Parts: sequence; structure tokens; C-alpha cells
Amino acid sequence: MQSEKQSNSLIKRILQSISDASLVPFLAILTAVIIGGIIIKIVGGDPFLAYKGLIEGSFGSPELGLEKSLKAISETAVWSTPYIFAGLAVALAFKGGLFNIGAEGQLAVGAVFSALIGYALPEWLGFDLPVYIHLPLAIIVGMLMGGVWAGIVGALKAYTGGHEVINTIMMNYIALNTTSFLLNGVMKDRSPTNVIARTPLIAESARMPAIFDGLRVHWGFVLALLVAFFIWWLLNKTTLGFEIRTVGLNPDAAQYAGINVKRTIILTMMLSGMLAGLAGSIEVTGLNYRHELGFSIGYGYDAIAIALLGKSHPLGIVLASFLFAAMRNGATRMQFLTQLPVDLISMIQALILLFVAADAIIRYIYRIKSKGERVVLTRGWGG
Amino acid sequence: MSESPIVLEAKGITKQFPGVLANDNVNFDLRKGEIHALLGENGAGKSTLMNLLYGLHKPDKGEITVNGKNAIIHSPNDSIELGIGMVHQHFMLIPVFSVAENVMLGDEAVKNGSLDRNSVAKKITDISKQYGLDVDPNALVGTLPVGIQQRVEIVKTLYRNAEIVILDEPTAVLTPQEAEDLFRIMRDLTARGVSIIFITHKLKEVLAVADRITVMRAGRVINTVKPSETDSAQLANMMVGRQVILTVDKQDHEAADEILKVEGITVRDQRDLETVHNVSFSVRGGEVLGIAGVQGNGQTELSEALTGLRSPTSGKVTIDGKDLTGKPPRIITEAGLAHIPEDRQRHGLVLSYSIADNMALCDYYHAPFSSRGVLQPKALDENARKLISAFDVRTPSAFVNAGKLSGGNQQKVIVARELSRNVKLVIANQPTRGLDVGSIEYIHSEIIKMRDRGVAVLLISAELDEIMALSDRIAVMYRGQIVAIVEAKKTTREQLGLWMAGAHVQTA
Ligand SMILES: Nc1ncnc2c1ncn2[C@@H]1O[C@H](COP(=O)(O)OP(=O)(O)OP(=O)(O)O)[C@@H](O)[C@H]1O
Ligand SMILES: [Mg+2]
Repeated sequence: MQSEKQSNSLIKRILQSISDASLVPFLAILTAVIIGGIIIKIVGGDPFLAYKGLIEGSFGSPELGLEKSLKAISETAVWSTPYIFAGLAVALAFKGGLFNIGAEGQLAVGAVFSALIGYALPEWLGFDLPVYIHLPLAIIVGMLMGGVWAGIVGALKAYTGGHEVINTIMMNYIALNTTSFLLNGVMKDRSPTNVIARTPLIAESARMPAIFDGLRVHWGFVLALLVAFFIWWLLNKTTLGFEIRTVGLNPDAAQYAGINVKRTIILTMMLSGMLAGLAGSIEVTGLNYRHELGFSIGYGYDAIAIALLGKSHPLGIVLASFLFAAMRNGATRMQFLTQLPVDLISMIQALILLFVAADAIIRYIYRIKSKGERVVLTRGWGG
Repeated sequence: MSESPIVLEAKGITKQFPGVLANDNVNFDLRKGEIHALLGENGAGKSTLMNLLYGLHKPDKGEITVNGKNAIIHSPNDSIELGIGMVHQHFMLIPVFSVAENVMLGDEAVKNGSLDRNSVAKKITDISKQYGLDVDPNALVGTLPVGIQQRVEIVKTLYRNAEIVILDEPTAVLTPQEAEDLFRIMRDLTARGVSIIFITHKLKEVLAVADRITVMRAGRVINTVKPSETDSAQLANMMVGRQVILTVDKQDHEAADEILKVEGITVRDQRDLETVHNVSFSVRGGEVLGIAGVQGNGQTELSEALTGLRSPTSGKVTIDGKDLTGKPPRIITEAGLAHIPEDRQRHGLVLSYSIADNMALCDYYHAPFSSRGVLQPKALDENARKLISAFDVRTPSAFVNAGKLSGGNQQKVIVARELSRNVKLVIANQPTRGLDVGSIEYIHSEIIKMRDRGVAVLLISAELDEIMALSDRIAVMYRGQIVAIVEAKKTTREQLGLWMAGAHVQTA
């Protein structure tokens, strides 16, 4: 009886915390969809048809038939994969009290190195590698280089106090321009017909297989879900996660508790960069089989929106990634049905982000009382 | 007092938090021009009642009237409108703003489309003069001592024409001198018709300044009395519901070997000013060394240097023979230190962590709280349950966030954690700040128990009573130096007071 009551209240507590956490993001999405609908109406479109197209394009429908529906779902999963990795990257940094705006650059670094290992390693070695060595190696090198790239910013923060927002932006410029230089130069695909800044195709042995024949969704998607679970576990169940969160929430208390704050900041940044690097690696090894300039434009920035929308919780990140992926993927069908510009989708995404970020507006519109603690500005005496 | 009209009345107020009935059918009234003190155990519901009056929470039941009229208070804006001002236990000031900017925040004076700092500064100066509240309108708030920051908060309420002022534990962080100043200001205010609700745990203060005293326990009002009709013992009894022994039972005890040895350390604060000069002393196992002194004489920096939060610029610190000068906190902790930090919310707690996590804040990384890098929720939970009951932390469960606890209960979480660790040395900085008399009694007895087990205790406290009650030897700190070290039994309050005020009479 007693234990039943206890487990009941435990379930209730968990449900309560889930609904508390997701209420504002949910209402933000709803509001954005309504305002988006009004705008579609104003520009002369049919909002219901537009949203129908969006949903059909991303999740399929009986009307489309089985094959096309499966393809729609597969494509949404494909889109969501880099979003999940990059979203986790930003979220992990958030948990550690750091704002990683540099996912875009770290992702590019990961992609470049994975591509390099993917196409050049067999040439260097002079023999072919088996897939169980070549593929993991390509992924791991890309991931680690993303980590190193971000780790530099972490070290600057820890040892000089340089702000990570500014430094990650700087590192983005360096990463993106260097990538452009490499892809137009030494790493450029030398095949006679090519005029694009892109690497050669990676070897078969560095490619991730598709999960189903005929669909593009690849094992990288499954890996993304596993990594999301792993990050949840790491943050909440391990001593390292405890250290990252403590430094993020109260660095003074972390120092008092004997946590090496500097080391933790560097480590958090490195882990964050590794996740962003993975986003790039997986796109190269699982989808494009090469790195092409501009393929990733905006993933690293969308990731910030995803981390905010997902409240930095891995499950929230996965769901927010699905949403963003569905919108990107469904946009084509929306356009096909309504002749509206795809840019509308970007606008609705921007609206969602606006409302999530401006939490207070949503709370005001829907009269939700903030449950959070009031902001303490100078510390007086607790009570 | 009974002639003056009632300005504020709360009738049948009930407020339920998850698992806690914080206010249970509370009746409370405030008369014009009086100081009405509110007493009660930690977690009795005092801050909650005040937050309800101020509009930070909404009562589940009951009504509030202001000047006889039914008041609808949904937010602090409503209560400010009604002439209610509150100085929180947490100040709500922005450190990088000037005093004037902080005061006008939310009620900005505008002239020709820009902020009218001059007229605000003038009004602040007027208020300062009128009530003897000395503040410089142009000073940056972050650079002011707490006592002055508190004054800024009071000026802020008066600037908004508050006629009812709520002061939630204002004296907890003040030096005795600052507290005296505050009482003078309070009397000035009441003489001008302002009415004050004053929350404190210090019975002496209540008896000295209050016109009426209301005692709360477990969410209910127990009684309202006049100071002339009561005394400390009776008040303590009403608060806790049992007899409280206001003196500490301490037997003589043979001190053992030297545990903490401090040799000529010098420490600089964050402004790079030398605040501790060439300090030496030692604490032996089984001994309590009390450091007395007016706050701000280097005690904070000294304890930070001993616990690894700050590096001394010279000198040597050894614990049990091991040189730990300038070592990081983890190394010092592992050498056998427990540390109750001065600022509980800054260093002592992660407010959004559960009590269970906070109770393992320094030990999370080893057995039984973790195994191979994985946290062990069972061990965390068990530890928390044990400490919650031993130290009487008032909470519905170990999962509650520390930030949801009442101020005193937050302190108990830290004290419980630190005093339960198996250590050689305890550095306790203001261990009982903000605690009720019952909890102080318990924590004092725990400190003495540790000493009797052979632990060395360094007690830093602004409360002379606490220093006198617990210490075997007493060191007096003045302007960054130890000006005297004496046997506790061979000195008097008066003598200590003189040393604390800077009379350099070296003895012992
Ligand atoms: N926001 C909240 N959520 C949940 N419980 C709360 C909240 N605020 C207060 N409580 C609970 O209500 C009770 C009363 O708390 P309150 O802060 O009013 O005590 P207090 O009398 O001011 O104590 P102290 O002297 O320690 O400051 C406590 O048990 C506390 O845990
Ligand atoms: Mg309180």
C-alpha cells in the first residue's frame, strides 16, 4: 500500500515534470503555427492545404501511397540525424554553463576529417581497409577533431577567461574559410567533370550502410538516438555529468565541492565539439559520401534553436529535431500543393524560436505563472 | 499601542505547497506606526506569509485587507500600489547599476525621453536625510557592503512611498553596529507613521525593538504577545514547542595533538587588497578555537585561504602535518577537512539540485555515492534520509530542490552534510546564521560532540554569544590580524568587545 502510493507519486512527479517542461515549447509551436497560418492566408495561400502538405511531405499519408509515405518518413529521419547530434552538442554545453555557437564550425571540421580519412587513407596506405576498421576510424577521427576544435575555445575560456561566444564565432570563420580553401584546393575532387568545391567520394569501406534497401535512412540515425540516450545517461547518472551540471549551475559551489572547474569547462567544450563533429562525420559517411562546400549551411545554428526548444533535454532534442526535420522535409510538398515559397518554413521556424526564446511572451499570452525561481541579482540571505 | 488603527490585516490565510502546509489559517494584523515582530522556527511559514502579503504567491484561502479595505494582491505591483514594500532575505539589486538606478528600476523617472538621474538622486538624498539612511546615490551597488545594500533596499521601498515595510531577517548578515543602525532607522520610520513587520531569529532583538510579537509554528500562529509580558525562554518555548536550553552543556576536555597549523599567512582579496596580514595560530584535536571579530576584518579571506578557495600570498598551512598551502579544495578535503562556508547560496548549495544531491556535494565521487564513475541513487537517498531526520530538516522529501527550502533549512542541509563527514578538522564559518533557537541548540551540541571525539574545530562567528558558548580558546581578529588569543574561561564579553573594537592590549 505504502509503496504503491509512493510509486504512484513517483509516476505523477515524472509526468508532472514532463508536462511542466514541455508546456511552453508546445504552446510556442502552436502559436507559431497559428501566426504562420495567418501569414499564409494574407499572402493568398490556403493555410490548411499548406499544413496538410507539410505533414504529408514529412510523414506521408494514405493519399500518397505506401512507397511515397515510407520515403517521406525516411527523409525526415535523414534530416533529423545531424540535427540531433548538433542539438545535443549545444545542449550539453548549455548544461555546463557554456554557450557553444560554434557547432557550425565544429561540424565542418568533423566532416572534412571524416571525408579525408574516407577517401585518402587507402591511397596513403596503398591497400584497402575492411569496413569495420575504415568506417569507425573515419567517424572517430572526425568526431575527435570536432572535439579538439571546440576544446581550444574551452581552454581559452578556462585559462584566459575569453568568452566562448566570441571565440566560437571566430573559430567558425576559421573553420569555414579553411574548409573552403581545402575543398577548392588540395582536397578538391579532381574528376574531370567536377567544377564544385567538394572532396572525392569516400571509399566504399568508409560508408555507412542504409537500414532498408531503397530508402536513404542510414544507421547514423539509429546512432543518433543511441547517442542521445547516452548523453542523458552521462549527464544524469555519472559523476562526470554531475560535475558538468554543477559547474554549469553554480561554479562557486563546484569549486567548493572540489571539482576542477577549469578542467570541466574544457572537457564540456570538447564533448560538445565531439557531438557537433559527429554530426558532420555522419553526414559524410552515411549520406553524402563526400564533403561538399555548403551542404551543412545552418545546421549548427539551427542546433541552437533545437537545444532551446528541447530545453536542453536529450529527449526534447530528439523531438525538436524531428520537428525541424519534418518542416524542412515537408516544405517541398507544401510548395507543390500551394505554390507558396519554401521560405515560409524558415519563417515559421524563426517564429517558433522567437516564442521559445521569449518564454515570457508565451507565459503572458497563456497566463502561465512562472514556476522558476526568481532571478537573484545580488545575493542577500537565503530564505 | 492599541489606539492606533490597523493598516494591514490577514484573515484565515492558508497556503499549501506540494507536501507542505506552509500557512494554515493564519490571522495577522499590523497597526499604524508599530514594529510587529514575527518569530518562528525554520520553515514555520514566515517568509511564505510575507510573500503572500507582497503578492509573490497567491493564498489558497483567506483575505487580506489594507487600511480596512479588501485588497486584491496578485503581484508586487499591486502591493506597491497599496503602499507595501518588502526587503527580501535575498536582495533584488543589480550589482552593476548605481544606487539611483537600482532605486528607480521599475519606476523610472523620465525627462525629455531619457532617464532623469538627477531628480532621482535628489529624491534619494531627501529620503536619506529624512530617515537618517546614509547612502550615496552614485555608488555602484556591487561595491557596497551588505549593510549598505540593505539600506538601498529600504530606500527603494520608501521611494515608492511604502507605508508598510516588511523586513525579512534583515539582521542575519549585519554586524552588531549595522544592526543597531537599522533599529534606529526602524524607530525613525515608525515615528513617522510607517508600520514595520520584522522577521528575525534573535530573541534579544525582538525584545528590544518590537511593539508586538507574533510567534508561528508549523504554519500556524501560536500567539501574539507584548515584549513586556514575556522573556526569551518563553518565546523560545512557544516557537519550538518545548523547553530550549539556551546555554551549551560543555565539559572540559583534554586537547590532543595539533591538527591545523597556520604560520604567518597573508591573503589578498579579489580587489587585490591585503586583508589578512601575517596570521599564525593552531588548533588541536579536541579543541574549539573561536575566531571573534566584527565582520569584514579578514575572516572571510582567512577561511577561504584555509579551505583552498583562495591562495595565500605567503605563509604556510598544514593539516595533520601535511603542507596544504595553496592546494585546491579537493586535496584539502581529502586531508580531512569539513567546511561550512559563510555564504550558503554561493558556495554551499546548488539550489536547483535535490537535497539528496546537495548532501553529497563534496563526496559524490567516491563510495558509497558512486561506483566506477556512476552515481548510486540509493546511497544518495539513504544518506539524505538519515541526515534529514538527524538534523530535523523540514522538507516533504529528499527529492525537493534545495532552493525550495526555507532559508534556515537550507543552512541545515549544509551543516548536516559537513558535520556528518568523517574528518579531522572542521572549519565552521557562521554555522548557525539564520537558524532558529532549537536548531542552534542541536548544532551546538553536534559541534561539541565532534570536539569530544577529538576533531579540531575552527569556529568563525560574528555572534559573540556563540563564540563564548563553544570555544575553548578565543582568537580576536581585527583589521586582518589576530590581536589576541586567550583561554575562553579567562576572558569576558567586555574584554573581547574591546579587542574587537581595536584596543590593542596584548595578553596571553
Ligand atoms: N516555493 C516553494 N515551493 C515548495 N515549498 C516551499 C516553497 N517556499 C516555501 N516552501 C516550504 O514552505 C515552508 C515554509 O517556508 P518559509 O520559507 O515560509 O519558512 P520560514 O518561516 O521563512 O523559515 P526560515 O526561518 O528558515 O526562513 C517550508 O517547509 C518550505 O520548505
Ligand atoms: Mg524565511
